[in-house]
Amino acid sequence: MLSQIEGSKAVADAVAQCRPEVICAYPISPQTHIVEGLSKLVKTGDLTPCEYINVESEFAAMSVAIGSSAAGARTYTATASQGLLYMVEAVYNASGLGLPIVMTVANRAIGSPINIWNDHSDTMSQRDSGWIQLYAETNQEAADLHIQAFKLAEELSLPVMVCMDGFILTHAYERIDQPTQEQVDAYLPPFTPRQTLDPDNPVSIGAMVGPEAFSEVRYLAHAKQMLALERIPELAVEFNEIFGRESGGLIHTYRADDAETMIVALGSVLGTIKDTVDEMRDEGHKIGVLGITSFRPFPQQQVREALVNAQRVLVLEKALAVGIGGIVSANVRTSLSGVQLRGYTAIAGLGGRAITRESLRSLFENAEADALEPLTFVDMDWELVQRELQRDQLIRRPGTAYEHQELNPGLVAAQLP
Amino acid sequence: MPYQPIKFYQTGSFVVGNRLLDVEARSTQSDPKRANTLTSGHRACQGCGEALGARYALDTVSRVTGGKMIASNATGCLEVFSTPFPETSWQIPWIHSLFGNAPAVATGIAAAMRVKGRDDVRVVGQGGDGGTVDIGFGCLSGMFERNDDVLYICYDNEAYMNTGVQRSGATPGGARTATTQPVGPHPGNEFGQGKNLPRIAMAHEIPYVGTATVADLRDLEYKVEKAMTFRGARYLHILVTCPLGWGSASRDSIRIARLAVETGIFPVFEAERGEVTGVTKIRRRVPVEEYLKLQRRYAHLFGKKPQPEILHNIQAAADRNITRYGLLDDTPDDLKPPGEAKDAATSGHDEAQPEDSETDAMALTSESFEGAR
Amino acid sequence: MFQIRIHGRGGQGVVTAAEMLSLAAFAEGRHAQAFPSFGSERMGAPVVAFARIADKEIRVREPIMAPDGLIIQDPTLLHQVDVFSGLVPDGYILINSSRTFGELGLSDLCEHFRVERLLTVPATEIAREYVGRPMANAALLGGFAGLSGALSIDSVSAAIREKFAGKVGDGNVNAAEAAYRYVQQQMEEMAHA
Repeated sequence: MLSQIEGSKAVADAVAQCRPEVICAYPISPQTHIVEGLSKLVKTGDLTPCEYINVESEFAAMSVAIGSSAAGARTYTATASQGLLYMVEAVYNASGLGLPIVMTVANRAIGSPINIWNDHSDTMSQRDSGWIQLYAETNQEAADLHIQAFKLAEELSLPVMVCMDGFILTHAYERIDQPTQEQVDAYLPPFTPRQTLDPDNPVSIGAMVGPEAFSEVRYLAHAKQMLALERIPELAVEFNEIFGRESGGLIHTYRADDAETMIVALGSVLGTIKDTVDEMRDEGHKIGVLGITSFRPFPQQQVREALVNAQRVLVLEKALAVGIGGIVSANVRTSLSGVQLRGYTAIAGLGGRAITRESLRSLFENAEADALEPLTFVDMDWELVQRELQRDQLIRRPGTAYEHQELNPGLVAAQLP
Repeated sequence: MPYQPIKFYQTGSFVVGNRLLDVEARSTQSDPKRANTLTSGHRACQGCGEALGARYALDTVSRVTGGKMIASNATGCLEVFSTPFPETSWQIPWIHSLFGNAPAVATGIAAAMRVKGRDDVRVVGQGGDGGTVDIGFGCLSGMFERNDDVLYICYDNEAYMNTGVQRSGATPGGARTATTQPVGPHPGNEFGQGKNLPRIAMAHEIPYVGTATVADLRDLEYKVEKAMTFRGARYLHILVTCPLGWGSASRDSIRIARLAVETGIFPVFEAERGEVTGVTKIRRRVPVEEYLKLQRRYAHLFGKKPQPEILHNIQAAADRNITRYGLLDDTPDDLKPPGEAKDAATSGHDEAQPEDSETDAMALTSESFEGAR
Repeated sequence: MFQIRIHGRGGQGVVTAAEMLSLAAFAEGRHAQAFPSFGSERMGAPVVAFARIADKEIRVREPIMAPDGLIIQDPTLLHQVDVFSGLVPDGYILINSSRTFGELGLSDLCEHFRVERLLTVPATEIAREYVGRPMANAALLGGFAGLSGALSIDSVSAAIREKFAGKVGDGNVNAAEAAYRYVQQQMEEMAHA
């Protein structure tokens, strides 16, 4: 059924159709509309049976989810940014315990400085947590991925985070083809836990594992996640059969066939990239796009296949690994081990800065001309940055306090901007 | 038959008369078919009060629920010594998640039971003082505020024992820990205002709050049973001796816990919705030194550099408890049963009278029976 | 693609207006995208919202820098914020005011753009009359439908009813229709002038 609704509502409705039994969430911008939507559905009785728990922190949210999931209930939560960080101990705990919790992360920058707008730094910080990470390009895909996520999580007994760009997707009204309850029921069977807290069959969950077994346990967690590389494409095919559209999968390419330059990105920016690429293709540029949907597990083989014939790859990232540079590009590079091509990383959109077609056009043309540094920052105010760096140098003079006193303060003051 | 003097306080109210009681009145522990929720084979220290308290409490929960229970456990001694992979001592469904989230995990389990229509399955959350009073405090308060149907039990041994005896929010003033060493001008833990979890629980106005110790099995079992008659958030705070952390003889664990009560240092009471509904009176009051002297964590208060001021503070805190909760019996002496009359002039140092007649024992038994109920 | 940018202040329903535009386009079977320039929620602060209408899937997500139409809900913004930035030469401007462009000090605009596409409408007064509150957003949408023809007044009314139920919906629809008629009349007068 076609609707014109807010992305958050599309997600809330899709999650509700997955028949979650326990929802426990703490509000944080820009996820609030999702959990508000779900709490209303529970309160009106539209979503039943379902327990909606208003928790006192994100750490509590994930902890309640752990208890609920371990006790055999299909469990859902949502967060962003600071909230995700606050629950990190429990995030690792959930994946270590193999609990099929599904969580929406409405991608938002991490402070300090506090910033409520979109970028990928939050979920990127959890890429090693053992959770499966799926990135939605549109609100349609965001809704669809949640349905696939529950199925994937419960089959593998692993938690899944569905990442959608905060505000850009969550707060945008667009056309969504909302599934019917029958379609979701046909796709997603009831939750059958692999093991559960049950007085009739008691188990102890969460024992202390020493050096003699820990490595094997961790390897098994990795191996289990790698199984998702096979299962995710299959789930997308099964989804298409029931819902009638392509959604999810590990990656997708756009106009990549004879591309000499390939642009790689995650999330909603792919839309703007595709419009820019269309323009350039119309002018004869041989340029294509690789969108990565499953970031964890990272689809190395598929990424390699998509990029191997290009001359150069530009990875556009919405997060910055301070001290080194790109995150996605590092994973892309691993996939391209042994392949000779030029690689560029462009950091854009941090803290919600708009990524415009104009800037992308310029960036892509520079990439085509190989006129880019290995690491580029899009739309950076270089003048301001240089001024700040110079000022910092002036203030932080090396030497002893005695030497500082010897300096002519007038001279220093004259150099300050 | 040789005459065997029995010191009543060492053996608890009903041990002597257990076989003379109706089956329903006997302790859970006396039943050979008890659940043994925490069964043998765990790695606790000799004389561990927490192992004792956990078994006492959870066996009682198991009895009243017919075994339909699930427990969530914070990181700490209890969790570590009970589940060294691949072994477990737990005969109930049990989960350990993190240090600070046992109450929240319990909330989640309770929600799952509720949504599945399993009202018959009851949920217990448990942890040490560190996991309850400090790092788990936020989650505990949230659980209280929502009135989630969880019984939370804190086994309080007054420090972070599993990591090597560091100070927690529950460490009493003057006590030695690895981070409050007995050196300098203020040896041992600083005196603050403390963090009285039972009273904080009462401030949340939850259905039931109770305190107990491992010295009085019957009282502990009673409190657990009482707590399980309520739905909603309930809190039990159990003082458990830690021979290693307190520097006490493992054979003294129960004795020390009793002395904590009899000095007034640890008040035993229960409350409903924020109002105290019952206290366990001190039968024979003793000065705090009798309790402190058995523990090397207080050794620096005595000996070569005594700390009379700290002793005074500890005694003052005990006095305050006695007044606040009315822990001393003010029945006039001539109305007390024989053998119980107190000399008003004594400072409470006298030894308990040995039982020389069964009548006295029975009389004292029923008297204490009243007191514990 | 038709791009509309709406300027106002927090609390004036600017974001809702953009959403309603997207609902109206949806009612006509078209694709639409609406989103705010995301600021922290605060009453009175300048707010911008965007709406895109097209006949195929809208993929681009950047803010609207070259709008085809502008709706200014709060005239106090006119000389504070560069509300006209990027407007295409054939663009439409609808300002919530009872004064003319000249009286608002915007005569020079009339030289750079097509003067018959620049209108004001006393939407707040209309809203007060039909809705009982000075909430001008729905009225302005009716006016914009009349000015630009990008949407029909019926679609706008349907969108309003989706957002506002019962009597409030009725009032807002009446206000929108009144503003629509006002704008149409203005355009006729200008055409015959």
